[in-house]
Amino acid sequence: MIDKHLPEMPCRELVELITDYLEDQLSPVDRARFEAHLADCEACRTYLEQFRQTIRVLGRLPEESLSAEARSTLLTAFRDWSRR
Amino acid sequence: MPRALKGLIGIGRPTTGRRRSTKSLKVSVRSSNSVGRDPTDNNDEALVRALQGGEEQVFNELVERWSSMMLRLALAHVDSRAIAEEIVQDAWLTVVRSLDRFERRSSLRTWVLGIVVNCARSRARAERRAVPLSSESTPVMDPGRFLPANHPRWPHHWAAEPAEWRTPEAELLAGETRNVIREAIEALPPAQREVIVLRDIEGLQSTEVCNVVGTTDTHQRVLLHRARSRVRHALERYYHPNAQSPRVGGPGFAATKTT
Repeated sequence: MIDKHLPEMPCRELVELITDYLEDQLSPVDRARFEAHLADCEACRTYLEQFRQTIRVLGRLPEESLSAEARSTLLTAFRDWSRR
Repeated sequence: MPRALKGLIGIGRPTTGRRRSTKSLKVSVRSSNSVGRDPTDNNDEALVRALQGGEEQVFNELVERWSSMMLRLALAHVDSRAIAEEIVQDAWLTVVRSLDRFERRSSLRTWVLGIVVNCARSRARAERRAVPLSSESTPVMDPGRFLPANHPRWPHHWAAEPAEWRTPEAELLAGETRNVIREAIEALPPAQREVIVLRDIEGLQSTEVCNVVGTTDTHQRVLLHRARSRVRHALERYYHPNAQSPRVGGPGFAATKTT
């Protein structure tokens, strides 16, 4: 494995690089270090999974919507504007 | 409204018949808004023309489709829901009044969201003190959770490991957890909040987010990472209120369980 020759990535560094990793923005070397560390470290695997879970949950929050009042104000304004 | 804008309405499109035929447009409004896709198509041209032509149905659909992210973006800058709604309204009015200045360098959605950001930022400046600068160089995780650099065996490895949440994902979507997430998001600095709202909550691609908030891809990722780390941390605190304090002498590298 290449990782034998690479400087080890400690947990503290890994937690800073998770988004770069998920967005595929790590250099090949850092990616290899990241994955080598992950293979050995259950705590970091837990952390990564929680991070992913957090992202998934964020993506499933209910929608916000404008109040009916704001909508009707907007529509009136749009009408006024388009009639000019 | 500017006189020049008046002249634009009705130009370049059939004068009758078009106004009522919103069916085809309606379809394209829908298809251009699937979450996560930058809806830059030829479709924008039709939307712009429909808005300029005063097509209410198209306007209403766009308001419907984009209000959620517009509101969330506004709420990144102001605390009050009422003010956020005003910002969204101001932004829409700016949009319709400035349609003739839309240069098609971005998609219509990107342009509209950029206007929301501008309206929200200037409103926030007027409402309160200047936006505090958030420090982006501090670590995302409390350094106390890691062993010191001079640790003989495991420098900078976990001293206080993240404990498993042991929570089915469905529960993460339950009301109480959502409140935890909502509060964590509300506590974020505006720049981080803008990015996490657009990327993770609304599912936009990084390129579009960079255009909307006016930053580089690298900086956008920094903001996103900090925001995500804070939200994860809030969930951790909720599930394991004592997770902060490092366990004495525990090397983090081994698969030891905290609970």
